Amino acid sequence: MYRYDEFDERLVAERVEQFRRQVGRRLRGELSEDQFKPLRLMNGLYMQLHAYMLRVNVPYGTLSSRQMRAFAQIARKYDRGFGHFTTRQNIQYNWIKLEETPDILAALAEVEVTAIQSSGNCVRNITADQYAGRAKDELADPRVYCELLRQYSFLHPEFSYLPRKFKIAVTGSPHDRAAVALHDIGLRMHLNAAGQPGFEVLVGGGQGRTPFIAHTIRDWLEPADLLSYVEAILRIYNLHGRRDNIHKARIKIIVNQMGIDRYRELVDAEWERIRDSRLKVPQAEIDRIDAYFAPPDYESLPDASVELDALQTNNPQFARWYASNVIEHKVPGYSIVNLSLKPPGRPPGDLDADRMEAVADLADRYSFGEIRVTHRQNLVLTDVRQSDLFEVWEALVRLDLATPNIGKLTDIICCPGLDYCSLANARSIPVAEDLSRHFLDVDKLAVVGDLTLNISGCMNACGHHHVGNIGILGVDKRGQEYFQLTLGGSSDESASLGDRLGRALPQADVPAAIDAIVETYLAVREDGERFLDTYRRVGIDPFKQAVYGHAAVRAVA
Amino acid sequence: MSSQMIVASRLTDGRVVFMTDGLGWSESIDDGLIVEVADRGAELLEDATRSVDECFVVEPYLIDVAIDQGQRRPVQLREAIRAFGPSIATDRAVEES
Repeated sequence: MYRYDEFDERLVAERVEQFRRQVGRRLRGELSEDQFKPLRLMNGLYMQLHAYMLRVNVPYGTLSSRQMRAFAQIARKYDRGFGHFTTRQNIQYNWIKLEETPDILAALAEVEVTAIQSSGNCVRNITADQYAGRAKDELADPRVYCELLRQYSFLHPEFSYLPRKFKIAVTGSPHDRAAVALHDIGLRMHLNAAGQPGFEVLVGGGQGRTPFIAHTIRDWLEPADLLSYVEAILRIYNLHGRRDNIHKARIKIIVNQMGIDRYRELVDAEWERIRDSRLKVPQAEIDRIDAYFAPPDYESLPDASVELDALQTNNPQFARWYASNVIEHKVPGYSIVNLSLKPPGRPPGDLDADRMEAVADLADRYSFGEIRVTHRQNLVLTDVRQSDLFEVWEALVRLDLATPNIGKLTDIICCPGLDYCSLANARSIPVAEDLSRHFLDVDKLAVVGDLTLNISGCMNACGHHHVGNIGILGVDKRGQEYFQLTLGGSSDESASLGDRLGRALPQADVPAAIDAIVETYLAVREDGERFLDTYRRVGIDPFKQAVYGHAAVRAVA
Repeated sequence: MSSQMIVASRLTDGRVVFMTDGLGWSESIDDGLIVEVADRGAELLEDATRSVDECFVVEPYLIDVAIDQGQRRPVQLREAIRAFGPSIATDRAVEES
């Protein structure tokens, strides 16, 4: 894993002390709230409905067990004993006190974690495939380039006051688990004829009230040119992005207004000017960072599939979990294990301090001390020996982290919604909890198969409803909460925005509507089709009829 | 017009507080001062800005409150959630293994 160098260490320590002084000045009245707000936001501190909320970066979703234990201690000492993992692979604490925040930041700095740039109009936490460095389909580890970009964009003076926030994601696999097409910049790795990695660069994607799928601005970019090209994109955005209207300030608006061809021309002109400057990344620097992400000391293990087959035959619950939550590893004898933070009836992505420590212990014992946070708000143990899978499963069952629903209907992405968030119009967590209780039957989940369901409590779309196969958006209608459904969204390599199904529904009607959608899918799907495939083939009408038409599903089929 | 109260966030910890008689602040909605007259709300809000200047609270504003059988409840859901806390359970113990 990446370790801070002396510069990172000093810079972060100085920033913590700077923020301590700023908090002191605010508490003494030397700074007004208007003056203080941008300073606290630069340190990840929001004011929400009940308290301050602190958002802490988990760069590219990679955590050590030591860092997870620090998260647990902070949850216990400074919060109400839990934290919430987010779609930017970060953790948020919901019950923070302003006066204690500098101490929290100092505690985080001790384990090489910061909240700097987790908010504000700057380059936010750079996200990556949660299976980076481990996935069997991966071309190269994207975290090397995430780290390069993190160092480059960290407190970058030119890009600390952009028109609006800026999000970058990188995938090193053809199967996109990092939603790169929904980012301000998305980097999709390819190999050239010589087998060397490079990037397809996407720009102008995003969700919120004006969602767009990103355009490809460049088919191939050499890694050595990564910083100069990203700088050219950022500079053109900084110059042309709107600062007069917060709703039109993201790069997606400019790219789509001027058109990708014009934006490309501007970027290319700027890039020509700077590409052979000091921004050229030496291979030695890429190699230096790459060394931090060197694989752990894997043992040479035999394939344990025969033993695993026997265990599955004898234990259907283990079999269900294995089929759903365990992913093939690139190294023989090892597996990637997903920990579901979506048990029935619980807020998606929440984890209490005791479980954080238990996960850290499991990581130390079974997975070289490494943990990942996924953009779908789950956790991952990256390197579990196949021969340990049964034991790990038993431990996860005891912790209620083994719900076999990864990628399934109840693996719900959900924003904090009106229970916590000052921007929300409607509650989202109770809808998620209702649905996870409604779809308790794990055999049925397996039959339904891969299906993403995402819930946002307002049009800012933090719950990624636009790109859920089923999306749910909470709206306020004359003081009442209603929920607007969309179908057909996707955030993978075939990214698409969902289509609005029809009029918004009261919360009580949402589970029955999802039932009707699922039953329609099961009735009309063809062999091997996922929900999204079926939807793309048959269109929205059968689903509309099932939900609003009072027609029996059988009649649709 | 409905009854109104002034709500704000306490500067030190962001907790929701209600303005009480005599320009104090309480975490309990039951302690908050209720006004029934339209202009009195604006007047109270002006008073509340003094607590902003004194760095005690942030962003005070008026909310509508319904009183039913002596129980106070903010009319808007958002304000009810602020007054009474999240509508979801936030505790989750690890079972003994």
